[in-house]
Order: sequence, then C-alpha cells, then structure tokens
Amino acid sequence: MVTTRSTLRTQEMLLNMGPHHPSTHGVLRLILRLDGEVVEEVFPDIGYLHRGIEKIGESLTYKQFIPYTDRVEYLASMNVNHLYCMAVEKLAGIEVPERAEYIRVIMTELNRIISHIIGCGALAMDLGAFTPFLYGVVEREKVNDLFEMTCGQRLTYNYMRIGGVSQDLPEGFVEKTYAFLEEMERRWDEINRLITENEIFVQRLADVAVLTEADALSYNITGPNLRASGVDWDLRRDMPYSVYDRFDFDVPIGKGERGTVGDCYDRYLMRVRETYESLKIVRQALDGLPEGEVQAKVSKVFKPPKGEVYMRAENPRGEMAVYIESDGSTKPSRIKFKTPSFNSLGVFNKICRGQMLSDLVAVIGSFDIVLPEVDR
Amino acid sequence: MESSSFLFAEFLQQAFHVSPTFAAVLSLLIGVGTCVACIPLIPGFGSYLERKVSADIQQRIGPNRAGFLPFGIMQVLADGIKTLQKEDLIPAHADRFLFRAAPYVCIVGVFSCFAAIPFSEYGYLSDLNIGVYYILCVSSLMAVGIVLAGWASNNKWTLLGGIRSAGQMVSYEIPIAMSVVTVAMHFGSLSLAEMTMAQREGWSIGFWNSNLFVTLSFVVYWIAALAECNRTPFDIPEAESELVAGYFTEYSGLRFSFFAIAEYAEMFVVSAMAVVLYFGGFYLPFEAHLPFLQELPDGVLPWLHFIVFLIKVWFLIFLMIWIRWTLPRYRIDQLMDLCWKGLLPFAFLNFLGSACWMVLGG
Repeated sequence: MVTTRSTLRTQEMLLNMGPHHPSTHGVLRLILRLDGEVVEEVFPDIGYLHRGIEKIGESLTYKQFIPYTDRVEYLASMNVNHLYCMAVEKLAGIEVPERAEYIRVIMTELNRIISHIIGCGALAMDLGAFTPFLYGVVEREKVNDLFEMTCGQRLTYNYMRIGGVSQDLPEGFVEKTYAFLEEMERRWDEINRLITENEIFVQRLADVAVLTEADALSYNITGPNLRASGVDWDLRRDMPYSVYDRFDFDVPIGKGERGTVGDCYDRYLMRVRETYESLKIVRQALDGLPEGEVQAKVSKVFKPPKGEVYMRAENPRGEMAVYIESDGSTKPSRIKFKTPSFNSLGVFNKICRGQMLSDLVAVIGSFDIVLPEVDR
Repeated sequence: MESSSFLFAEFLQQAFHVSPTFAAVLSLLIGVGTCVACIPLIPGFGSYLERKVSADIQQRIGPNRAGFLPFGIMQVLADGIKTLQKEDLIPAHADRFLFRAAPYVCIVGVFSCFAAIPFSEYGYLSDLNIGVYYILCVSSLMAVGIVLAGWASNNKWTLLGGIRSAGQMVSYEIPIAMSVVTVAMHFGSLSLAEMTMAQREGWSIGFWNSNLFVTLSFVVYWIAALAECNRTPFDIPEAESELVAGYFTEYSGLRFSFFAIAEYAEMFVVSAMAVVLYFGGFYLPFEAHLPFLQELPDGVLPWLHFIVFLIKVWFLIFLMIWIRWTLPRYRIDQLMDLCWKGLLPFAFLNFLGSACWMVLGG
C-alpha cells in the first residue's frame, strides 16, 4: 500500500506558545493544536498583563487617572491620553482652545508614526529581518526627543490635560519637527526599499491569514486591519473629532497588491502608507498652528455633571473607545476601555487555521497586537 | 603536493631516527592536535566579526567595552569564559545520553572536514583523492547531531527545530552535490588539492577562460551552502522568533557553545569549499603571470598562500553575515519549494550544460 498522508498514523500536538515566547509581543499565550507544523486551532489565553486599570480609575479623580491611560497602550500613549481627555471634555462640555487641539493632533500623529515604525519593524524582525527594526528605532528616538522636550517623558507621556495640554510647545519644537518630517520621509523610503518589496518578505506575508471583509466587520476589527480587508473607514475622516476635519489626507485601503485582499501583506502595507499620511497631517498642523492659550479653564476640584459618555478615536491599532459613567462626584463611577487589539486577537482562531506555525508569528506581527491594551 | 604532516614525518624520521610508522603517526597526531586547537579560533573571530558587521549594518557600535584591548576585542574571550561558567543543565525528562552526545556529533562532523582542506601548498593534513565527497559526507553528520539534539531535549520547540533541520539539510545536500559534481567534472578530479592547482593558470579567482556553467553552479552552491549552515534566509531550524532557539533551546554552557562552534566552523568549511572550487583556492589572482612570486625567499610563498586563502574564506563568511542581517527568513515549505523546484532542476540543467560545453568546446 502506498503510504500517504492519509494512511500514516499521525498525532496532534498541543503546543504552548508563550507567555514567554520571543515573538508574542509581550505576554500573550497561545495554545495551539498542531498537525505537524500546520495550525489546527489557536486558543489565545490572555490576562497575564491585567493590572486592573479600569477599576483603579474608580478610586481616582478624573485628573489623576490621566497617567494610567498612558499604561493602557504604552506604544501610543498620546493617543490614549487624547481619547480619555476628549471623553471627559465631552462629558463636562469643556471647550478646548484651538492651539491645544492642534498640538494634540501633532502629538497623536507623531505617536502614530512611531507606533507604526515599531509595528512594521517588529513584524520584519519576527520574520527574521532584524535590521529594518533598528533603522526604524533611530527615527523613533528622534520623536522621543521631541516628546521629551515637550513633556519630559519618552514613553508614558502624561501630556494632555482635561481641557488642553499640560504646557505649551517648547522653543524650537516646530523647527525640529519640520526637520524630523523631512528626514523621516527620506528614511521611511529607505526602510521600505530594504524590506517592503523584498521578495522573501512578500512571499512570507502574501495570501497568509486572509481576513475577509465580512469577517472583519463581524469580529469588529478596526483601524488599519479593517482597512486592509478593503473597508473604507477611518474615524478621523468619517466622524472627525478634534480638528481632524481641517486636514487633507488619504485613507489607504487594502487592494491585495501581492496576494489577496486582507492578507498579512495588506495589513503591513496599510501601516507603511498611513505613516506617510500621518507625516502629511503633522506638516499641515504645524503650518496652521494658531497662537493662543493651550489650556481651558477647568475648576481645581473637577466635578463633571451626572451622566455617561462614550468616545471613540482612531488609534494606531484601530478604534479605541472609552466609556465613562459619572455620578457627579470627583471620581468616575465606571471607566471601561474598548481596545482594538482585543478584537484582533478574537479573530485569530478563525483565520489561522491551516496556516503554518511560522505564519502565526507573521499574523501576530501583522495585526500589531499590544498586550497591555488587551488586558488593561 | 606533499602534505605538511608528511613533510613533518620525514623531518622526524631524519632528526630523531624513529621508525617511519611511528613518525607518521606522531606527525598526524600533532597535525590533528594543531587543527583542533586552532578551529575554536574561527567561531571566536567569526562571532566578533558577526557582531561588528551586524552593528555596522544596523547603525550601532557593537561590542567596544570588554577588557583592556580596543574595539571590544576581548569580548570574544569574555563570551568564552562566560559559557564555561554556566551551569550544565540537562532537562528532567531528556534522553540524557543522546542529549550529551548530540553536540559532539555536530562538532566531530565539522572538525573532520578540516582534514581535507588545502590551506596552502603544504598546509593540509591529508590530500584525499575523494576530498570533495569526504567533506560532503562528514559535514552532513551535523544534521544528525541537530536532529539528535532536537529529539533528546524532549521539548516540542526543539523537536520542531530538529525536524525542520533534518528536512532542510538533507534536501539541500543534493543541489550542493550537483554543483560540486559540475566542478569536479570540469577539473576531472575529486581532490581539492588538484582542483586548486588546476586553477593556477588564468585569473584564479573565477573562470574567465573556461566553463560558463561552472561559474553558474557557484550560485546554486552558495544558496545551498547558506541553507546547509542554517544561515538566514534559511535559518528556520533555529528561527529565534518562531522556535525560541530551535534545536538548542535546552542547551546551556559549554554544550551550547559547542553548537555555536560547530555552526561557525561549518560556515568556514563551506566557504573554504567555495574558495577551492570557484575562487582559485590559495592562489593569488593572476598568480601564473606574476613571476616575482617565484623569486621570494624559501618558505614565504606558502605562508603568503595561506594568508590569501584565509582572506578569501573570510570574505565569503563576511558575505554570509551581510546576507543574514539584510534578508528575512523563508518558511519551511517555501524553502523546500526553492530547493526541489528551483535549485535542483537548475543544478541538473547546469550539469548537463557543463557536460555539453566540455564535449563541444573541447
């Protein structure tokens, strides 16, 4: 009898990937059922990074909670800062000065740029190309320098305040940011030449773990991962918040350039292209930066009216939302974050079946999952 | 050509009036001892080069602090001492005998290759008339060692690494053999020393005056050699971002460093093979057209050749490092596709082309 795959007696293997695995981007644990190297089932086991941030929020005042929002997603702290402050402002009906709004946009977009640098770099690193990551980190350092100039921090910024930002832009910030934009555009081209069109890289990502439009919508995938599946939706353009309606930028959509729409390569490309768009936004914001105050008048003992608010924002990894319930006291009675990586993790089992173990690493990287955001 | 151990045996015989057999055995032992003592220098220098080159590629500085010597040269020594100090851990449910044996299998396979490599006119242990096949054979012992290590560790990640490596190394040996056969046919010899000497005329860094297909077979050889050494883009058996550290995940201390030594020594061996087969061995470029070389004092030319050989080999190793820090890695099925659907047919056609060239071109 001819021995084939179907007649050979094989045994499934249960493999524990993480929480201390080099490419699970933090402390993700995936329990895998493998047939050889082919993944049969993925079961993400989360909670290793749970710090109870939402519960902590209930025992802190609204202003005191801002540093904790940094820790929800440490790769895009400014964006979470922004989201939380916007939510509280909406709840209390605070008008933010125009200059502060522009500064916030500059900061969040700069943070989006460095978050995408890490996202793309880490994906390349997971696929064995170490160098693009380090090229990117050089640029990231420059943004970190800008942030440090502004607020004294390099990772968890705690820069935004309810009704504005903690301090005005320092002297020389605008010039340095212009210089960074010039440099970054050139360097991002260079990094792309190194990796994006690399044949091995494309082969590793194209047609891998295809997320269809229907799946993306039903699993509530958002942000670049949603757009990679061909859905033309960007909160900044379609439901503008802050001053995003004043800027002109494109929203890249996945077209399946080297494979199928919604494959890993599309998700990667979205991040590459969004970086260029963010550079455009920062440039426009710097051009139109108005003079004036950076902080609205907010009473020292801040008590928003009774009620609830739900605020969404387009963060680097997708739409993040925060729900705040106020009982009229100085402390919120409930804070809840809706985070994009959590939803991305949910779709893993659906799209990873039949892929190889090596692809799983690419999938984690292409969704750009950040674990503190999943667990909070 | 006469090997250095043979010359040394003659010297012993004349100087100390010992029996020829005793002199031969003693000289061989001394030769092997020297070789074994020198090979660990290769991973030492190799790892330093790897760190410095990768640092340069990635806009970093690399090691620059260790010890009192400049440029962090002492880092090599520090790494060596560090691995010596580590606890020799054997996992609880590992197959203890195989776990211990695996690094030795690897290292024996690679070290044995050095016997047949002609470093210069006199700088080799043995001029085997089947030198090429000898190296191909003993170097595949490395695959056995890796599979053993992967299996004996009783760890699912190492098992995957071991299985991947078995598939990869067995597959890629075929294109290597095919490209080597092409060269061997061209030279009409399997002895590395004879192949080298045949390249003295001409440029001796390639094949300007001869078979185009032989030059093409270098492409096949080099790609397959990268896979044979488990270097990026073919480093899937130890893919650190997928399999933690692949087959040597469970190893620590000296046993771990044995794998590292074997890996760098393997890089040296395949590069040395490439130099002998394709780049004129230890000869200088245009050696036959440089008459002043013959007028050098006695004993200088072999040393010059030895240095030329090392420069060529280290350049190829540098090339490997360069590739490693530039490219991402293949997936196991893509790697197999490349081997069986790409390299192997190409190598076969190349072989046929070379044969036709020889018949038609005389």
